[in-house]
Amino acid sequence: MEKLISIIFIYIFVENFVLQRFFGICPFLGVSRKMETAVGMSMAVVFVMTLATLVTWLAYTYVLVPLGLIYLQIVTFILVIAGLVQLVETVLRKISPTLYQGLGIFLPLITTNCAVLAVALLAVQNEFTLVEAVVFGIAAALGFSMALIIMAGIRERLELAKVPKALQGTAITLITAGILSLAFMGFKGMLTL
Amino acid sequence: MKTMSNMNIYLQDISRGIVRDNPTFRLVLGMCPTLAVTVYLINGLGMGLSTAVVLICSNVVISALRRYIPDQVRIPCYIVIIATFVTVVEMLLKAFQPKLYAALGVFIPLIVVNCIILGRAEAFAGKKPVLRSLFDGIGIGLGFTVSLFILSALREVIGSGTFLADTAYAVHVFGESFEPMAVFSQPAGAFIALGLLLGLTNVIFKKLKID
Repeated sequence: MEKLISIIFIYIFVENFVLQRFFGICPFLGVSRKMETAVGMSMAVVFVMTLATLVTWLAYTYVLVPLGLIYLQIVTFILVIAGLVQLVETVLRKISPTLYQGLGIFLPLITTNCAVLAVALLAVQNEFTLVEAVVFGIAAALGFSMALIIMAGIRERLELAKVPKALQGTAITLITAGILSLAFMGFKGMLTL
Repeated sequence: MKTMSNMNIYLQDISRGIVRDNPTFRLVLGMCPTLAVTVYLINGLGMGLSTAVVLICSNVVISALRRYIPDQVRIPCYIVIIATFVTVVEMLLKAFQPKLYAALGVFIPLIVVNCIILGRAEAFAGKKPVLRSLFDGIGIGLGFTVSLFILSALREVIGSGTFLADTAYAVHVFGESFEPMAVFSQPAGAFIALGLLLGLTNVIFKKLKID
């Protein structure tokens, strides 16, 4: 139990996936322009990341290891994630059209979100148990969502600010992210696994 | 005469990848490895070259198979091809460069989801002939390596005060007693350094009127 709580705290604050570990920077820069899209993306990521960690962990432990196929890890994981995203999309469209409308456009983007693959790989690398792996997936996704939503809030206000011409667009977003990351450095070393 | 003009196209493909369509500074793709591994120059170079190798190989194979890959399932096909080459590169690094392998860590398997590679497959290799895809891969790969070189050189010199640390050519740029700005070897410094470099390229490209 103690380990689970420390996993949650570590991967939301101390080792925040976006601001400290640099996973999932592309969606972080790409969909943080508006609060609405940021929230939609966050929900989709929490959903897919939790499922992906669960499925890839099972695939690794019960298929790849017994068959001695660990070297196929990368190919398997990325295919499982791509298949899973497709499946979630199809199922959502059938059972909950409203949720699908909210999340729909973000789902295909998630396949190439490196945070999802990173969670799957790190869960195996850190030798987590199944429960720990799933909790790790949720925590990492929540950390990602928090960074994305904070960033969207800042960027909505930044729209009105006077930015030097050369730094307009991605440059100022990166510098803002840097300052945000500085703030998160305060958590550094607070907890380790 | 025909071979001459062909050569020109290939050279253009290469230079376009390095300057006008530079993946880091112009297209702003593949940010995760760019920010994460550029603490030391040698890691940045290793990452750049590994990605370039995967990009060149996958570009060639995807372009060679472009008539046989059905359009509806092209993305999964591309991903499998890319993942295969990433596995090859990962094994080679593990066997011959264990130190670099340890330093780059999980970012080697993550080359699979580097949007530069899938982006080139989708935008170029899936439509163009093999040779042009090869040179496009070389160009974009070199462009990525050069960008990582610039960013990691800057971060290493300012953040650690060294140049090419961990190699036989290590130099203390400012002498031993220099206190480096450690924030530049931290994640926050990566964001800020890249942001400022992007601003600088915007200014330079505007002055040179390249668009």
